[in-house]
Amino acid sequence: MSLTIQGTGSALPAQTITNHMLAQIMDTSDEWITTRTGITERRILDTESLTDLSVRAAQNALDDAGIAPSALDLILCSTIRGDTITPSLACLVQGRIGASCPAFDLNAACTGFLYALDVADAYLNAGKARHILIVSAEAMSRIVDWRDRATCVLFGDGAGAAVVSRGDDLLGLRIQAQANDQWLIARSAGGSCPYSGEGDADTALHMNGQEVYKFAVSCVLDDVEWMTRQLGITPDDISLFVLHQANKRILEAVRARLKQPAGKFPSTIEKYGNTSSSSLPILLDEVSRAGKLAPGQLLFFSAFGAGLTNGACVLRWRKA
Amino acid sequence: MFETVVKVLADYKDLSPDDITAQSTFEQLGVDSLDTVELVMTLEDETGIKVEMNEKLKTVGELVKLLEEGRA
Repeated sequence: MSLTIQGTGSALPAQTITNHMLAQIMDTSDEWITTRTGITERRILDTESLTDLSVRAAQNALDDAGIAPSALDLILCSTIRGDTITPSLACLVQGRIGASCPAFDLNAACTGFLYALDVADAYLNAGKARHILIVSAEAMSRIVDWRDRATCVLFGDGAGAAVVSRGDDLLGLRIQAQANDQWLIARSAGGSCPYSGEGDADTALHMNGQEVYKFAVSCVLDDVEWMTRQLGITPDDISLFVLHQANKRILEAVRARLKQPAGKFPSTIEKYGNTSSSSLPILLDEVSRAGKLAPGQLLFFSAFGAGLTNGACVLRWRKA
Repeated sequence: MFETVVKVLADYKDLSPDDITAQSTFEQLGVDSLDTVELVMTLEDETGIKVEMNEKLKTVGELVKLLEEGRA
């Protein structure tokens, strides 16, 4: 395996929307949201664009890594939907940070960061790149159905980034997919083609919360079992479990089954909600900047989302 | 099956098994929709039965029925 994380960065919108604020515009309550999700507030884009947010996260990661934009060989963005269908978010970021390398987006929903890490691993292994910038950025507030009180309260906007370079700290990585358009789906908007039927007007996100919860818990546990067996380690050898921040109760269900202490499961779900693919790099950046990581520690990453997609990796932390 | 469900439910929510009947609603027992998923996952592990989640499950008896149908 071929990479090391040189630097991380994140950026959140300035606007905070609390549960109490949501309770003023829909039939919900702080108690309902907190007990079911652990979320107390989330950030939502106001005047800033998702591209602005991505650029801030990218610059933070580049500064942290001490790598100039001109040294980048590839920019990979994971997003469900950028500010524009085309150009890609990655191309917009490339221009704004002053890089000149190839740039493209990929969409693996909430698992996007780990899919991007897998692509980066392949580029680095093949000798096609030395330094790659990954940016995971999501504006979930533009996709959720604001009339559906069971789902819109769960999500938030955010961007996280990582600079990865050649190295030997990625000990194992697996990404998976199994098609399912029933449990978690948001349709594309129809166009205005006079030769096609009416576009589907319903473009909002729909989720079967119970099935997705079940999928999430079982795939994280399966990934932990598979990965630890591959590496000949146990969950006790993992210093931190960096899990996709979808719901506090998913984190707790996984933690209890693995019989691990709560301190090994850092979270941002309370203050940011579910920010889709950006949740892993945002969480990683926060624990790194809070000084909670030490060189040599093993970090377990796991994410799951629409597709259905899921992925996991074990990474040895190197930065001091 | 009823006894298995009562045992798992009583353990999970720290309830007395005597307080749980087939007619008990999850709402009465303080069991929300995600608790129901946790119960189903534990029961799937214990019984080897796989079921699809049904948001309309309201009572312990309905959960028992869902599992029995899954076994058939």
